[in-house]
Amino acid sequence: MPGITREEVAHLARLSRLELGAEELDHLATQLDDIIGAVARVGEVAADDIPPTSHPLPLTNVMRPDEIRPGLTPEQALAGAPAAEDQRFRVPRILGEEQ
Amino acid sequence: MSSTTDLMSYEDALASFDPVMGLEVHVELGTNTKMFCGCSTEFGGEPNSQVCPTCLGLPGALPVVNRTAVESAIRIGLALNCDIAEWCRFARKNYFYPDMPKNFQTSQYDEPIAFGGYLDVEVQGKTYRVGIERAHMEEDTGKSTHVGGATGRIHGADYSLLDYNRCGIPLIEIVTKPIEGAGELAPEIAKAYVAELRDLIKALGVSEARMELGQMRCDANLSLRPHGREKFGTRSETKNVNSLRSVERAIRFEIQRHATVLSEGGTIVQETRHFHEDDGTTTSGRVKEEAEDYRYFPEPDLVPVAPSREWVEELRATLPEKPSARRKRLQAEWGVSDFDMQSVVNAGAVDAIVDTVAAGADSDAARKWWLGELARNANERGVEVTALPITPAQVARVAALVKAGELNDKLARQVIEGVLAGEGDPDAVVEKRGLKVVSDEGALGTAIDEAIAAQAGAVAKIQAGNLGPVGALIGAVMKATRGQADAARVRELILEKLGVS
Repeated sequence: MPGITREEVAHLARLSRLELGAEELDHLATQLDDIIGAVARVGEVAADDIPPTSHPLPLTNVMRPDEIRPGLTPEQALAGAPAAEDQRFRVPRILGEEQ
Repeated sequence: MSSTTDLMSYEDALASFDPVMGLEVHVELGTNTKMFCGCSTEFGGEPNSQVCPTCLGLPGALPVVNRTAVESAIRIGLALNCDIAEWCRFARKNYFYPDMPKNFQTSQYDEPIAFGGYLDVEVQGKTYRVGIERAHMEEDTGKSTHVGGATGRIHGADYSLLDYNRCGIPLIEIVTKPIEGAGELAPEIAKAYVAELRDLIKALGVSEARMELGQMRCDANLSLRPHGREKFGTRSETKNVNSLRSVERAIRFEIQRHATVLSEGGTIVQETRHFHEDDGTTTSGRVKEEAEDYRYFPEPDLVPVAPSREWVEELRATLPEKPSARRKRLQAEWGVSDFDMQSVVNAGAVDAIVDTVAAGADSDAARKWWLGELARNANERGVEVTALPITPAQVARVAALVKAGELNDKLARQVIEGVLAGEGDPDAVVEKRGLKVVSDEGALGTAIDEAIAAQAGAVAKIQAGNLGPVGALIGAVMKATRGQADAARVRELILEKLGVS
């Protein structure tokens, strides 16, 4: 029986740098468990002759030539950024003081 | 910082322990565009001027694989004697860090494009076979600048600035199998492997593989086990070791550090470590995240890559001569000893000499200048010989002037000095500095007469059949002509005048 524990949700939250309170963890663990259970039902109808698949279309080798195509200007790229400085994306502190 | 004062000696470490290495080398491909979008990979552009919705991870953008990058990956795999996957996928490697705006790196996980190969390297005249576990395709990250805090480092910085121009540039990661049985040669084998791999990548023409520009970067894993034990010890991973010399130093330091910890009864923490160029030590980075924390899963936005066997064979036919075979061929062509050839390789001067010979110099002269004057100069400047501001054609011109007797070695060195100083081509330097061998026999004759008159004792000995003191006379003539005479000719003339020729 697949499922997800409260501890696993807390671990995922830490990896995603999400701060979740005790109540939120309870709430989300229950919800995610329901979602995983619902998705797992797909496995019940998959017979032995249906291999696990990551892509629904039988396509391979979709490639493009190595040719430069116009992208965004720096102004366009930064237009949606919450903060920018020196034509760069500005992000909050990543790590605290070294332990 | 870790202290080095109480570090066990390298010899003692090897007496007790057997090192096992694993090397991960990232090569930035020299394609025109990124791995999954058409943005330029040109180095040095304005910040965030080579970005698009795909490499910025904006909603709705879809990646498409660069065909040339796949070809390069296959060619690298083939050159490393790997099998090429008949079918493989990309995967998302999830991690939360702003150098990747998508919050995942598109990589390959359990289905690399190339696997199960080897690369032979030569160390101290012996061939050592390094097993290749895999070579897979992935993408580079953006460049972070950390602002505030004490030292511009990430720890304690107030905030960081991101330039995503590099984000998405194709990378090939080449991973060795555990390198066992290297013993005390471990640091040298690691260095030789990275050097051989770099030469191979350059020969393939898929990247310039310049380590100083970050086009090729090495992560060095090391563990120790007591002699006779099969099970590997806990490893450390030293990140971004970015020169051949650093690879050797980092492995050597880690061997000593591990041995010190282990012999004091301590345990090695599995972690990443940072290498410090200045003192050759490493310090603790972060505790290594477990692979499962990356939550790899197949990339749904990219369809599988399934290289046909015809395509693979077409690419195999494009492989260049192996660098090791090429070196053997050149050694035979130049007629030099193993030792001399090794000096050329160690100086990084193989290509420079080949190009100088192609420009008309004979190989002895080309070798002499690149390994002598130019290697010394490069060493003083702390750069590779090939980075010196002189071209093989210019070196060939200097050699031609020497051969024609218009320059002697001393003058030739001055010409090279002038070229390196930006004074122009060899002929321009000769002209500007007035560097010509004095071949006017009249002027030489006067200088020789003066030398003979001034050194009666030497002359007597020479005339008595002892040719030893001729050097003193030649020296005097060379001094009088400010080095601009042809020493061999001066000797001839002196002996002629003294009637002993």
